[in-house]
Amino acid sequence: MTGHRSHLLSTADLSADDATLILDTAAELARLADRPIKKLPTLRGRTVVNLFFEDSTRTRISFETAAKRLSADVINFSAKGSSVSKGESLKDTALTLEAMGADAVVVRHWASGGAHRLAHAGWIRSAVVNAGDGTHEHPTQALLDAYTLRSRLGGLDGRRVTIVGDVLHSRVARSNVRLLATLGAEVTLVAPPTLMPFGVEGWPCSTSYELDPVLPKSDAVMMLRVQRERMDQAFFPTEREYSRRYGLQAERMALLPEHAVVMHPGPMNRGLEISAEVADSARSTITEQVANGVSVRMAVLYLLLGGSEPAIGTEDEGERR
Amino acid sequence: MSRNWTVKGAAVLGGTPRDLHVRDGLIVEAAAPDATVIDAAGLIALPGLVDLHTHLREPGREDAETVLTGTRAAAAGGFTAVHAMANTDPVADTAGVVEQVWRLGREAGYCDVQPVGAVTVGIAGERLAELGAMADSAARVRIFSDDGHCVSDAALMRRALEYVKAFGGVVAQHAQEPRLTEGAQMNEGELSDVLGLRGWPAVAEEAIIARDVLLAAHTGSRLHVCHLSTAGSVEIVRWAKSKGYPVTAEVTPHHLLLTEDLVRGYDPVYKVNPPLRTKDDVEAVRAGLADGTIDVVATDHAPHPVEAKDCEWAVASMGMLGLETALSVVQQTMVETGLLDWTGVADRMSVAAARIGSLQGHGRPLEPGEPANLTLLDPAARRVIEPKALHSRSRNTPFAGLELPGAVHATFLRGTATVLDGKVVER
Repeated sequence: MTGHRSHLLSTADLSADDATLILDTAAELARLADRPIKKLPTLRGRTVVNLFFEDSTRTRISFETAAKRLSADVINFSAKGSSVSKGESLKDTALTLEAMGADAVVVRHWASGGAHRLAHAGWIRSAVVNAGDGTHEHPTQALLDAYTLRSRLGGLDGRRVTIVGDVLHSRVARSNVRLLATLGAEVTLVAPPTLMPFGVEGWPCSTSYELDPVLPKSDAVMMLRVQRERMDQAFFPTEREYSRRYGLQAERMALLPEHAVVMHPGPMNRGLEISAEVADSARSTITEQVANGVSVRMAVLYLLLGGSEPAIGTEDEGERR
Repeated sequence: MSRNWTVKGAAVLGGTPRDLHVRDGLIVEAAAPDATVIDAAGLIALPGLVDLHTHLREPGREDAETVLTGTRAAAAGGFTAVHAMANTDPVADTAGVVEQVWRLGREAGYCDVQPVGAVTVGIAGERLAELGAMADSAARVRIFSDDGHCVSDAALMRRALEYVKAFGGVVAQHAQEPRLTEGAQMNEGELSDVLGLRGWPAVAEEAIIARDVLLAAHTGSRLHVCHLSTAGSVEIVRWAKSKGYPVTAEVTPHHLLLTEDLVRGYDPVYKVNPPLRTKDDVEAVRAGLADGTIDVVATDHAPHPVEAKDCEWAVASMGMLGLETALSVVQQTMVETGLLDWTGVADRMSVAAARIGSLQGHGRPLEPGEPANLTLLDPAARRVIEPKALHSRSRNTPFAGLELPGAVHATFLRGTATVLDGKVVER
């Protein structure tokens, strides 16, 4: 991220120092939210393109807000209804962005490796931020989750985080496992065997097919969204059975230690992987995660594009600007 | 150009150097008076290579390859005969299409083109194509394959195996269980999980091979396993052969050398069907080729235009070029490792392939009276593979920038040079 790094494609690329720098920078930038004018001139004159080949309103808005708070010009490019739907390739779209002088491209792509390809195929020179690619990674989601955990638990080293649900298809899980392990947390994945990745033995985490025995030892539990299209693919017999075995309801939440928090990357299937009571409880960090997402994405854009100046000046300086 | 040659001092099959005399398309005892002499000191003479598995793309995808460009590439790689796969557009599932491909090959004149006929109409896997009409056509088709698609219906596969017995045919199966490979992008394993690419499990190949060798045993008909890629597949074929079942198998050069680790960069040049596998699989297919479990090296030469590979991994076409690099890859992986000698190479890249494809005049000993189909290889040469220098119309080689041993010095098709001094002869 710093100086030598020009893209954010995967949490696997982040050292503990890199990740900590991003989180620290995000913490610094988060102070901006308390100011009357929530804007810094840091990226004035820079252009950030949100290139979304897949719908994701919340991620796009989060990146857009982050870029605008740093005074960047933002262009939103959605594949739907664009030349992409007329058959234009990623390469040609990239060449167009290059010609328009984009400084950073935030890309959401339905294909795993889409962001990596955009960054490394030689089509563009801009910084590339992966905003989710296929079932591969969603690094800024993991960073905002880590940020949330750090602020709630006071640190990540030795903390036990349980990730529950459709790990197989989850880029959020992939990114989180790597980043949390890098930052010293102990991660346990809980899922039915059909939704556990084939090579999970090689991941830096432990696994369980049962949720109840893991909860009392968890400092945080992260529920993953169950994609309804999986229902007819025999990954599990029925919604009812899934919810009973892997859903988080109030009775099950009671198994958690008192300090433990409940997370969800959203959007939620209330009543399936998480009950409304749990989602709306004081333990839930779901809306906090959204707010933290903006700070983390500001930090990422700042570190990729902003150079070596402090992310945020003194209180006075900030007000003066 | 001369059709009479004296090849002086070639190491035939890597053995003691001797002279080979070519006259009127045949190898003869004594030199013709007007023979052109080729100094072959340091060169190895092999029977002209035979590829069981080439995609020439014509008709239908002439932007990727034509019979002419593909056979020029074949000649440059030392081949004198190639089997042209059936998944053209229109599919080679009628006598008309296979005769067209065969005739285009003859007109091009760079190597014999033996069409492979589709097993099922439109390679749709639903009803048998007119296998007999293709067998009886001028192209005399003997290998039938829906390559690119698996004949996954067991009953249909049984019928195909039974039916081709009438004309000494063989069914070449693309072993890929379709349900287990829906949306699959690369070998299933730890790396596919890391990369978020849907895995292509070894068992999807092995389950079909296991089923088909049992069907071959049951029907007493010839099965050929296309481009097997896993250690388990080698074991199944080894077992089938130990039982005496009429089964043969092929492996591609890229599965002898490359592993799934190359997929890390999401560069679609490494996207291929079946996918690149693990180091253990590579060792197993090498061992299988060495001990004869795997009968032949077949290129699965699969040209694609630039735009089919210069894109995201998920939308890229599967396939790699192979004709112009196959012999070098076999030299590196099998000869230089001591797993095969040059006699073994001749067997796996010519003799066995000609036998499986029922090709007369190819894969023959380099002895007087035999057709002069031969390849001269300079085994001491080393070359860095440059895509632009290839003769294929496409450029999707996984070996770009890689230094490989060996270079084809000359190729002769029935006494006519198609490659001379390392250059394709213009016709």
